Amino acid sequence: MASDTLADAARADAEISGLDALEIAGRQKTTTRAVTIWASTWPKLAALAIAVGAWQVVVWAEVWPSYSLPGPGTVWQELVRQAGGAQLWDGLATTLRRAAVGYVFSVGVGLLLGLAVARFRVLRAAIGSMITALQTMPSIAWFPLAILLFELSEEAIFFVVVLGAAPSIANGVISGVDYVPPLLQRAGRNLGARGLNLYRYVIAPAALPAIVAGLKQGWAFSWRSLMAGELIVVGISQTSLGAQLTYARELADAPWLLSTMIVILVVGLGVDAAFGAADQAIRRRWGVLDQTGQ
Amino acid sequence: MTSTKTTPRSATGSVALHGVTKVYGQGEHAVLALDGVSLDVAPGEFVCLVGASGCGKSTLLNLVAGLDRVSGGRIELGDGVNPGLMFQESALFPWLTVEGNVDVPLKLRRLPRAQRRERVAELLRTVHLAEFGRKRPHQLSGGMRQRVALARTLALDTPVLLMDEPFGALDAMTRDILHDELERIWTERKLTVLFVTHNVREAARLADRIILLSSRPGRIIYSTPVDVPRPRRIDSPEIGSIAAEVTGRLRTEVGRHGQ
Repeated sequence: MASDTLADAARADAEISGLDALEIAGRQKTTTRAVTIWASTWPKLAALAIAVGAWQVVVWAEVWPSYSLPGPGTVWQELVRQAGGAQLWDGLATTLRRAAVGYVFSVGVGLLLGLAVARFRVLRAAIGSMITALQTMPSIAWFPLAILLFELSEEAIFFVVVLGAAPSIANGVISGVDYVPPLLQRAGRNLGARGLNLYRYVIAPAALPAIVAGLKQGWAFSWRSLMAGELIVVGISQTSLGAQLTYARELADAPWLLSTMIVILVVGLGVDAAFGAADQAIRRRWGVLDQTGQ
Repeated sequence: MTSTKTTPRSATGSVALHGVTKVYGQGEHAVLALDGVSLDVAPGEFVCLVGASGCGKSTLLNLVAGLDRVSGGRIELGDGVNPGLMFQESALFPWLTVEGNVDVPLKLRRLPRAQRRERVAELLRTVHLAEFGRKRPHQLSGGMRQRVALARTLALDTPVLLMDEPFGALDAMTRDILHDELERIWTERKLTVLFVTHNVREAARLADRIILLSSRPGRIIYSTPVDVPRPRRIDSPEIGSIAAEVTGRLRTEVGRHGQ
């Protein structure tokens, strides 16, 4: 266009960048990292203080004798003493090893199963609802069968952990793939992503938030199944955390019992927090937090 | 009943539809979306398709883009041409940055990394977003997202651009500026554009030729060239009178469904 002079072009550029500047103004966040961390930390600390306080009040009220329910101070001393010895760490190592092996295997099974069901209609019709049914089955109900099949062994625990965790993970994958926006798939196909490339460039990343949610839920299930298993399947040579709970009860050693419970709680919370952080990071990248959280 | 042919015979950049028919569903519930649509778009031509709801405008673009199959007739594109498609929503991938989004078609074409980086920078300059490459789509305004989507589509290096109400969700000011932008890019790159809109003024502002489609089933009922020299303004009297003429015919068509 001959009439499109340089001055015209410069004016158009100025208009565009002016409009851009106006439209994205106020979208930048100003809070610092420290403020964000403190804002999410203090309510947790306050809740913890209230819980410990309530515990102490119950102890002072002498509802139960102190050999059944010791106070926070006694349990803390026991915890410190345990932390200085090898027993707690051996138990923790055994339990975490079982958790890791069982969970990693569950992730493999869950991802493959989920992808297969999401992809093939026949499989979905055949076992889609069965996966959900498996998820509703309390894992402890599997133990009698597991013990019949594998006796009181590591394999029995492993069996139940995988049955507890894999369906949740598979369900996460299935719903993730199901809810990939069709518009994104059409855009991806138009950009040249067909077949496997469509999975790599569009479906997998789009399904990631739901998959992470499934992984998180799968962890919660596998951790619970593992604890149930360790309580029931005692008597294997190693002293896992669950076995220590059982021994502590048999010896009526309440401080040991409660300090072990605290360790179990902390491990569960720690892993949950890691998943939470991954979830937050994904949602921040996607901009979901900005749309709903402000 | 299906004869889906995108026969590569005609000149690069041209789009030819021969009696294209599209039926959704089967038996009693079958819906005829497009009924014998024939249309020749010359290379470098800007054609706007206008119609009321249910005229199959989007269906037509999907067929030309190869995302759906024709039920009858055929569509001819240039040799090896894969038209680029833009939607009312930007359809950007939220997990990628602006740069990452523009890079996707280049990656899929397996261009070497250095070349890709250069192309991405060049394309972002073209849509005036050079400084925004590291942002994520949610950090941009609607108009900016559509420009990223345009850059991503241009990364396909295709001579044919299909646009499905791409500015429908934008405010008037932004839309005006994007009209100028699109017109500039269309001229520079000698693109063939098939542009769907229900905004008749927008069609008159942009098009070399306006095609009016009827509703249920979609048929071409009117076609008019827009002989107004560019650059044009959307509020000029010439554009206004063409828009009035097309709007009149569109209303007659809508009224036909009222009885």
